[in-house]
Amino acid sequence: MTLGINWKICGPAGFGIMSVGRMFAKTCLRHGWQVFCYTEYPSLIRGGHNTYQVHANPKDVKSQKKNIEILIALNENTIVQNQGELTDGGAVIYDPEKIPNIPDKKPSLKYLEVPLNKISKEICGTDLMKNTVAMGASLGIYQGELEILNDLIKEEFASKKGKIIQQNIEAAKKGYEFVGQNSELITGKPKLTKIKAPERILITGNEAVSLGALAAGCKFYAAYPMTPATSILHFLAKQERNYDMVVKQAEDEIAVINMAIGASFAGARSLCATSGGGFALMNESLGFAAIAEIPLVVILSQRTAPATGLPTWTGQGDLWHAVHASHGEFLRVVVAPGDSEEAFWATVGAFNLADKYQIPVIILLDKYTSEGPHSVAIFDTAKVKIDRGRILTQTELDKIKDYKRYQFVADGISARTLPGMKGGTYQANSDEHDEYGYSTEEAEVRNKIMEKRMAKLPALAQELPDPKIYGDKNADKTIICWGSTKMPALEAMKELNNVQLVHLQYLLPFPVDFFTKNINPEKSIVIEGNQTGQLKQLIRQQTGINIQHSLLKYDGRPFYPEEIVEAINKLKSK
Amino acid sequence: MNNKQLTIRDYETAIAPTWCPGCGNFSIWLAVRQALVKLNIRPHEVALSFDIGCNSNGANFIKGYICHALHGRAVPPAEAIRWANHKLKAVIAFNGDGGGFGIGLHHFIHACRRNVDILYLTHDNQIYGLTTGQTSPTSAKGFVTKSTPFGNLEEPINPSALALSSDATWVGRGFAGEVQHLTDLIIKGLKHPGFAHLNVLQPCVTFNKLNTFDWFKQRVYKLEETDYKPTDRKKAWEKANEPNKLPIGLFFEETKKTYKDQIPQLAQEALVEKKLGNVDLTQAMKEFK
Repeated sequence: MTLGINWKICGPAGFGIMSVGRMFAKTCLRHGWQVFCYTEYPSLIRGGHNTYQVHANPKDVKSQKKNIEILIALNENTIVQNQGELTDGGAVIYDPEKIPNIPDKKPSLKYLEVPLNKISKEICGTDLMKNTVAMGASLGIYQGELEILNDLIKEEFASKKGKIIQQNIEAAKKGYEFVGQNSELITGKPKLTKIKAPERILITGNEAVSLGALAAGCKFYAAYPMTPATSILHFLAKQERNYDMVVKQAEDEIAVINMAIGASFAGARSLCATSGGGFALMNESLGFAAIAEIPLVVILSQRTAPATGLPTWTGQGDLWHAVHASHGEFLRVVVAPGDSEEAFWATVGAFNLADKYQIPVIILLDKYTSEGPHSVAIFDTAKVKIDRGRILTQTELDKIKDYKRYQFVADGISARTLPGMKGGTYQANSDEHDEYGYSTEEAEVRNKIMEKRMAKLPALAQELPDPKIYGDKNADKTIICWGSTKMPALEAMKELNNVQLVHLQYLLPFPVDFFTKNINPEKSIVIEGNQTGQLKQLIRQQTGINIQHSLLKYDGRPFYPEEIVEAINKLKSK
Repeated sequence: MNNKQLTIRDYETAIAPTWCPGCGNFSIWLAVRQALVKLNIRPHEVALSFDIGCNSNGANFIKGYICHALHGRAVPPAEAIRWANHKLKAVIAFNGDGGGFGIGLHHFIHACRRNVDILYLTHDNQIYGLTTGQTSPTSAKGFVTKSTPFGNLEEPINPSALALSSDATWVGRGFAGEVQHLTDLIIKGLKHPGFAHLNVLQPCVTFNKLNTFDWFKQRVYKLEETDYKPTDRKKAWEKANEPNKLPIGLFFEETKKTYKDQIPQLAQEALVEKKLGNVDLTQAMKEFK
C-alpha cells in the first residue's frame, strides 16, 4: 500500500475530463491533502485524447509521477494508451457497456467493472453523468468523505436550474456505493482521510500570475489568445470589473504589446502575455519599451516549438528567445518561476522591478506550469509591497526648472513624469535620443545614453535573489534546473541521497558570482526541457563554466521524477 | 503659463523642423497646433503618438506627452493611453500612408470599429519619403518609383472609404494646401466623442512628381461649399470614392457610445488615478479553494 493517490482519468475531448479531474483534485485538497495535477490534451475541441492526472498525499507533493495506481478509462483508447503507466497491481476502472473487450489485457493489472453508463441512465436518462459516477467511484475507492464532494457539486452547478445538483449528488453517491460493495476495488488503496492542514488553494501558474497582477495593482492587461497563455486572459477578463482594471483582447500581439506600452507610458501598471509565436511578434516592440525606458511586464508561456509546434504541449525551448529577444542591446529581467507560488510572487516582483528600473521584465512560464493546478498555501497579500520607482509628484516637478526625462544620473534611473503633469512633457522616443527625449545621432550622446541605460545593472543584479539550493549543501552531486523543472526535480529529491538541487528562478541578469562560488562542473548536471541545453550554454557564456552533464527532453512532455532519479543514479555510478 | 494666453509658440520645442522646403508637413504641423490652441488645450494636457517616417519626425517639433513609437504602431499606444487616462484633453495618433495603410493597416481598421476616443491623423503623400521614394499603399496604379520602375501594379487603398466601411464614427479628409480648412477639421475631429479619422492629402515635393500641389489643386474641392450632408454612411462612401475629384471636408459623423463609455470601471476616475495596494484577493481566490 502506498501513502499517496496516483489517479488518472482519460477520454476523448468533450467528455468533461478536465472539469471532473479538477473536481477530484479539489476533493483531495478539501481533505487537507496536498495535490498536484498534470493534464494532457490535443489541439482540438472534439475527439482526441484528454488526460487528467492527480497526485495527492497528506503532506508533501511536488509533481506528478510517471506511475499511477488507478486509471479511469472512459473509452477503449485509454486502455491502449495509458495502461502501461499503471504499477503492478494497479487497476483500470471501466464500464463494460462502453468497453466490452479489453485490448491487450495485462496479467499484472486488475480490470474492474463499474457500470458508469447504467447508473447515469437510471438517474438522468442519459449517460451524461457518467463522469460524476466515476468521481463518486474514485472517492469510494479511496474512502473519502462524500459530503466534501457533495459540497463541490453544489458549488460547481450552483448556476444550473432544476434537478441537476440533486442528480449529480445522487450519481456520485451511487458510484461511491457501488465501489463500497466491491471490496476488491478498495483493498490496498490509501485512505483519503480528512486531516488538519493550513488553508491551501489549488491553482495553476496562469491563475497565480493573474492573482499576482491583481495584487500588484496591474490596471491594464492586453492579450491575443494563444495556448498556453490564454487562461490568463480568461481569468482577468472575468475579474476586470471586480478589480477595477481594463482587459483588452487586441487584434494581434503587436497591438497587444504596444497597448501595454501605451498604458504604461500613461502611468498604469501594464501586463501582456502570450506564447512563443506571439512573443516573436512582440520582439520589435520590446526594444521600444527598453529604449524609451517604459516599464513593461510580459509573460511568455512556452509551448513546444518551433513554429506552431505542438500547441498544447510543454517545453523549455524559449530561454534564449527571452534572453535575446529584440534587436540591439538592452537591460532586461528574465524570471522563470518554478511553481504557482513562485509565479504569484515573481509577478508581484516583476511589476516592482519594471517600475523601479524602467525596463522590460519577462516572466517565463510553460504549459506545464501554466495549466497544471497544484496546491499552495493561500497567498498572504499583507506581504505584497508596491514600489512604483521614481515617478515625480506635481510638487516635485514644480521645483524643477528644466525637466529632463532621461537625465544622465549615476544609477541610470531618471525620474518619470506622467501625461497630464504640468511642466513634465517629454518624448518617449523609439529613435535614439538625448536627455529630453529628442532624436539624436550624435556619437557622444549615443554612448552616454546607452551607458545610462546599462548603469542600472549593478543595483538590479544586487537586488535579485540568488538561485535557491535545496537539499544538502555539501552533497556530492548537483542538479541544476530552471523554471518548472524544479517541481519534478524536487519530487525526485525525495528519493535521492547526497544530492543538492540548484534552481534558477532569475536567469537574467545572470547570477555569475553564485555559479563561480558554488558549482563544480564535473559533479553537476543540468536538467532542462529543450534539445540544445540552453541553460547549460548560458551558464558557459556568462561564467565560462562548462557543466559536464545534461538531461534533456523535448518531446512536449515534462520531466517525470522517475527519469531524474534514474539519470542521477547513472551519474553516480560513473 | 496658466494665466498667459496660449499661443502656438507654446507648442514649439527647441528643435527646428527638418522637412524639405515646401513639404506638406509644415502646414499640417501648423494646423495641429492652431487647433489645440483654439481649443485652449495646453501641451501637458495632450498625448501625441507618432510612428516612423518624415511626418513622425514631427514628434521632435511639437510639445506634449509624446509617444514616438515604432513604424506603423502609433495607433495601439494611443488607444491604450486613452483607456489609461481618459481625462487627458486630447489624444492624437499620427501615421504616414506607409505606416498607417501598409505595415500598420489592421490597427486602423480595429480602431475604427472600437470607437476609441482619439483623433487619428494620417499624412497621405502617396509615397515613402524617408526611405527616399518607394511606392506606398495609396500610390496610384502605374506610379513609377524606385521600387516600381515599371509602374505600380496594385490599386491604391482609399483610406476614407476604408474608415467608412469599418464603422468609423467620424471620417474626414483634409488637404495640406488648405491650412485653415484643415485646422477646422482637426478641431471638429478632436471634439468628436469617439474615433475620428482624418486623412490629410499632401504633396511630397522631393519624391512624388505626380501628386504635386498643382495636381491636388486641380482636383480638390470643399464639401462645405456644396449641399452635401455628412449624415449618411452610404453617400459618404460614394463621396470618398468620387472619381477624378478629391472632395475635402467631413464625409460622415455619427454619435455612438465610445469604447470607454461601455466600461464601468472608467465611469469616474482614470485608470492612472486608481489607488494601488491592499488588494483583497478573497473573492478572486474563492474558486481555487
